[in-house]
Amino acid sequence: MTIQFNEETFRDDYSFRNSDRAIRRFPFPFHEDSYMYSVNMEQHQGGPAGSVYEMRFDVDEHYVAEMQDRAIVLAEDPLRCQSLPHMTLAGWDTLELIMVSKSEDYPDLFELHRDGDRWRWINKPLGIDHTFTFLDETTLPCGPLEYITRQAQGDFAVLDQRGDMLYMDAGMVTTQADWSLDFDIGMDFFEWHAPVPLAHEMGIFKRALKFLLNIRQGSPARRLNWTMTVNPRLDTSPENYHNWGVQKSTLTPENIGAKQHLRVELQTFYRLPRSNALLFPIRCYLIAFQDLVTIPKWGRRLHRVIRDLPEELADYKGFIANRPLMLEYLSRHDDGLPTSPGVWPDLETEPPLQT
Amino acid sequence: MTAAPRKTKAGAEKIDVTVSAVVPLNDLVTRFEFRRTDGGAFPPFSAGSHTVVEMNDGGRTRLNPYSLMSDPADTSTYAISVRRDDEGRGGSLYMHNNVRPGDRLTLSYPVNLFPIDLRGHKHVFLAGGIGITPFMAMIAHLERMGGAWELHYACRSKALATYADDLTRAHPSRVHVYYDDQDQRIALEDLLDGQPLGTHVYVCGPGGMIEWVHRTAAAHGWPEENVHSEEFLAPQPGKPFEVYLCKSDITVHVGENESLLEAIERCGVDAPFLCRGGACGQCETDVLEADGTFEHRDHWLDEDEHAGGRKIMPCVSRFTGKKLVLDR
Repeated sequence: MTIQFNEETFRDDYSFRNSDRAIRRFPFPFHEDSYMYSVNMEQHQGGPAGSVYEMRFDVDEHYVAEMQDRAIVLAEDPLRCQSLPHMTLAGWDTLELIMVSKSEDYPDLFELHRDGDRWRWINKPLGIDHTFTFLDETTLPCGPLEYITRQAQGDFAVLDQRGDMLYMDAGMVTTQADWSLDFDIGMDFFEWHAPVPLAHEMGIFKRALKFLLNIRQGSPARRLNWTMTVNPRLDTSPENYHNWGVQKSTLTPENIGAKQHLRVELQTFYRLPRSNALLFPIRCYLIAFQDLVTIPKWGRRLHRVIRDLPEELADYKGFIANRPLMLEYLSRHDDGLPTSPGVWPDLETEPPLQT
Repeated sequence: MTAAPRKTKAGAEKIDVTVSAVVPLNDLVTRFEFRRTDGGAFPPFSAGSHTVVEMNDGGRTRLNPYSLMSDPADTSTYAISVRRDDEGRGGSLYMHNNVRPGDRLTLSYPVNLFPIDLRGHKHVFLAGGIGITPFMAMIAHLERMGGAWELHYACRSKALATYADDLTRAHPSRVHVYYDDQDQRIALEDLLDGQPLGTHVYVCGPGGMIEWVHRTAAAHGWPEENVHSEEFLAPQPGKPFEVYLCKSDITVHVGENESLLEAIERCGVDAPFLCRGGACGQCETDVLEADGTFEHRDHWLDEDEHAGGRKIMPCVSRFTGKKLVLDR
């Protein structure tokens, strides 16, 4: 498989674009015409060929541009990557997992050659060829977590597990939906989820924690989460809210199709072998409304989901003010026909939009 | 999300292994070493992990958890040390009497219910008898990563002091062995008294020893989260009983020498499990109806839950009475 990497930006002129292939493989998160929280976990053991679920760490056309955007964020704010002192071993676990997975899943792009603790890592898209000693930090230009997550799309939270609780003790967070590692560092699972509405009352987090504590080595899990972002900006952080929050007020009926993006997180969960920590990669995918509605089923369904979403959720996800504009746009792509179950585009079987 | 739904299987992922060595250590304990049958490397594991060994004992499947005691950094081999239990239900006897080099077995991926707290500035290990096994891996780990530790190891006698000589030879200033038959005892109160801030204590051994360490540490003002323990319970034999599984719509007869979980599995019902020793919580099952007495033996449910009669851990707990209906 050869991937043509895009030259694009996630800030300033926002030249980010999805190819037709990227649109069709977008991880559309709604399996039915309505949405409510659930602990929607499943095993992360591959998926249909070409889908974002196929590989352990999906590499797509945005890889190089996303890594450039991460470097910009880190240069401005080094605290986006942190690791408490006891989490270094988990950092090496993360490095090993990503290097082994990528070199096996994308042998034409990544190579890992191991001779005992002497490792040679080749990352062709980023032009890296580096030999280092596994578990010896002095042989890397930075800590192992920072080193490897500067070369892997998506955010990474690394959770220490102690006494039936998870703690946010390390991470690399530059493509986040309005949360801050620097604020959450050291917090336990219930503390960092405290701002989420409704779910606590529903017992969601208690059940989710129980599930996560039992994630086993060799049996990773995954789920999807979603929100909305105006302009294809990866770094929607609290630290930079003054830069992107105001952009929510720039939507008009004319530009909403291009500017409004559905933001989906593919969240995966891995038990790390040497540290017993839990790795929580949060991979962000963006799609413009105007691209999404080219899949008729998704256009119909997104309209119904956004229309019927409880107020609290629309508020928490930060788009309640723009919901009327969104519905006006999306309603033009919903002809009222029924939709097929499941998340897939079903382009061959679902009828085009009836006008 | 139903992107590509896959049902979660009961138990952990498995590894096919071939027995590479069987090493008798003394009258009671034998070490079993394994290689992967496919010739590959084992996954690395964190010290304190156990594996569930799957044995085929004349058509009957036995699943017993054992601590991994090999060096976690050595991915060419996994090793366990098994103490023969002549009174038990036969898993350890099967290992001792039947398993030979070249035999094939199935191991689960490692699962850790007894991890090292990596924040610890110092780690004090308290072992009783066969409880030495997880500390073998922890010591190897800390030696490699450069952590401070000491071991206090209580054994019945010199003849049954598994690995005591090896450990003493390798770490003479860190290993302290106490022999019951010489009336030697771990001076726990003195030991807890002199430790630097940030020390963690770990105990693995008989139930009474674990309880003693927790109680003594608490009395000396140690924070609960700095005292760690692991005790696997072997399912105990008991009177046979009947159980109705509501979802599966079958009645299961639980024999004297099998656990409730084993009986459920024998009837072809895919029930969740992980440690099979009452510690991990994975097999927790809702009780829909009960007319009788529970024999709760797990460490997972709290006292209120044991008294409430709405939940049972089928890996170690039993029941006597007229009627038991489970949501399974």
